[in-house]
Amino acid sequence: MDMMKKIPVREQDPKVRATNFEEVCLGYNQEEAMEEASRCLHCKNAKCISGCPVSIDIPEFVGHVKDGDIKEAYKVLSQSTALPAVCGRVCPQESQCEGKCVRGIKGEAVSIGKLERFVADWAMENGIKPDKPSVHNGHKVAVIGSGPSGLTCAGDLAKMGYDVTIFEALHESGGVLVYGIPEFRLPKQKVVAKEIENVKSLGVKIENNVVIGKSTTIDMLMEDEGFEAVFVGSGAGLPKFMGIPGENANGVFSANEYLTRSNLMKAFRDDYDTPIVTGKRVAVVGGGNVAMDAARTALRLGAEVHIVYRRSEEELPARVEEVHHAKQEGIIFDLLTNPKAILADENGWVKGMTCVRMELGEPDASGRRRPVEIPGSEFTIDVDSVIMSLGTSPNPLISSTTKGLEVNKYKCIVADEEIGKTSKDGVYAGGDAVTGAATVILAMGAGKAGAKGIDEYLSNK
Amino acid sequence: MYKIQKSEKLADKIFLMDVEAPRIASHCEPGQFIIAKIDDRGERIPLTICDFDREKGLVTIVFQIVGASTTRMAGMKAGDAFRDFIGPLGRPSEFVGEDLAELKNKKIIFVAGGVGAAPVYPQVKWMKEHGIDVDVIIGSKTKDLLILEDATREVAGNLYITTDDGSYGFSGMVTAQLEDLVNKGNKYDLCVAIGPMIMMKFTCLMTKKLGIPTIVSMNPIMVDGTGMCGACRLTVGDKVKFACVDGPEFDGHLVDFDEAMKRQQQYKTEEGRALLRLQEGDTHHGGCGHCGGNE
Repeated sequence: MDMMKKIPVREQDPKVRATNFEEVCLGYNQEEAMEEASRCLHCKNAKCISGCPVSIDIPEFVGHVKDGDIKEAYKVLSQSTALPAVCGRVCPQESQCEGKCVRGIKGEAVSIGKLERFVADWAMENGIKPDKPSVHNGHKVAVIGSGPSGLTCAGDLAKMGYDVTIFEALHESGGVLVYGIPEFRLPKQKVVAKEIENVKSLGVKIENNVVIGKSTTIDMLMEDEGFEAVFVGSGAGLPKFMGIPGENANGVFSANEYLTRSNLMKAFRDDYDTPIVTGKRVAVVGGGNVAMDAARTALRLGAEVHIVYRRSEEELPARVEEVHHAKQEGIIFDLLTNPKAILADENGWVKGMTCVRMELGEPDASGRRRPVEIPGSEFTIDVDSVIMSLGTSPNPLISSTTKGLEVNKYKCIVADEEIGKTSKDGVYAGGDAVTGAATVILAMGAGKAGAKGIDEYLSNK
Repeated sequence: MYKIQKSEKLADKIFLMDVEAPRIASHCEPGQFIIAKIDDRGERIPLTICDFDREKGLVTIVFQIVGASTTRMAGMKAGDAFRDFIGPLGRPSEFVGEDLAELKNKKIIFVAGGVGAAPVYPQVKWMKEHGIDVDVIIGSKTKDLLILEDATREVAGNLYITTDDGSYGFSGMVTAQLEDLVNKGNKYDLCVAIGPMIMMKFTCLMTKKLGIPTIVSMNPIMVDGTGMCGACRLTVGDKVKFACVDGPEFDGHLVDFDEAMKRQQQYKTEEGRALLRLQEGDTHHGGCGHCGGNE
């Protein structure tokens, strides 16, 4: 065994998986996990812990894996995270825990994410649940949104003894975990539903189909329904469009719409009622993780798929692993290319997209080199569908209906980073609703902070 | 689960249901809509609210069979339940927040086409409850398809019925009835037109000619209904708006109906469209957001 290298993880063959929605990564078995765990150096000052937004005691849980005591490893995980099977799959470990791993200086970092996934899956398969809280303090807390930040906040508060109800606008719980991230990266029944069940087993109640700001408001929850504090984890749900001609043509979708139809409504399955347009040649505009998810979904529905991105490969915001998987499956990358207009036929359907070639100029405020159009380089690509994946912003439904809740110019709720405190007494917030679109794990970190803030607030009240 | 307390057939392919949904009933206002989902595998179907009872916690919906999902819905009986029932969605009609004294000075006409009589009803009822008599035109293809005549008559100032085939009331389209009323000396400060997109488009062309500001209620394709997917986007003036959160009511003189009608067709196959045209003729609309009528 080469201690410098990760134990490779088994994956579905790219040619096979490009035609199905089964999970791409198959994960470690116990033997592989124990071998990988033996690569951990058990640093005294473990940098990996500081790289984890929810501060999992990584050397401790990895040590238990090495010893083959997976049950104990799960106990360590569940002290810090409510969603280990999710995080093991979708966290950008390379820039967090694994990015700080000392092994990574000379060789490859310990595969912490894959180990976390193994432990969480093992616990699910063996019916092991997190320990039930032993105390109940009777204080009622409302959590808005059942995505990563809401679930984490609710789980932490329940463990401290609070009576927590999550209000979710959609008919399924999980937020972006169910509507955004596709089945082939994050199985819904096998993983997401089970982790949500675990949160419920802590005593957390979830009321679906309640749109805060419409069905009721935060003020009414606090005044009429007896909730003493509220955590807002409503995410960043509003899609952005480019504002180019032809964008309302038939066959142009936001990535949110495309992914929601496929993931939440299961349009990829014939036995569900919701339809989805399966193009023959699809352009996905954007280079983030969501763009990769939309592209790989369209590919699985039978399309030839092009990622159209205005910068070069180096600047792609998507995780390296996602780009790698997308390429393996046959996604075509049209880099340094920017759309100018979408062309429609006489019935209003997309028949092509005019693009312009770009080159990289001086770095901009984000530190990335700014793409500049090359004059006269316009050309048309032949596509019948376009999926816009340009990012999302927070939904103003809550901020516009809650008295005294301060937002910034991007409509993000202004909240303290350490404890999630907002401008409104008793209201805490975190996740994409505060930061704008970010990652699952950062949202979970904010959920944890919010739980801490709410506990301090109600303890001192 | 959201139990159906009453299910009633109003006309051929048109049904009314009272559904137990206390949170929605306690907060909904005229102009808003709900989304219903029959079971695990069903779609999210946007439907207009026809009436509500805050005390009993009931919401009344009216829908027309336009496809597979509404056919399944029509098979649901009292005692059955929807898996999901979400709302109220969209913004209330603008007049709900307006100064009542100012509103009372306005002469308002409501124009309902087909199943559009359902979302018009709670608005007219609201007017009556606030001491305002309004004129209402309900148009339908033929007498048998006319709905909510008696209920609307109770709350309207004057009710005018029109049928395309002249089988009942005024003979002709709602636009002809509207022009006739204006020609006879009626002056209107505001028109609210709700029905199939094609009917709203032509009503708006007429009111533009007559110089009457007009509000329409748009019913495009939607998925979540909370601003998340953007499927319901429309061009209003020179801006892109989401019907679910910015609407569903807009200034009808600014709406790009031709684009909206094309967008309605996105999930219809050629065969499906042909079948619907055949089955429903020009009543084909539904107010359910899953249909665009046929141009």
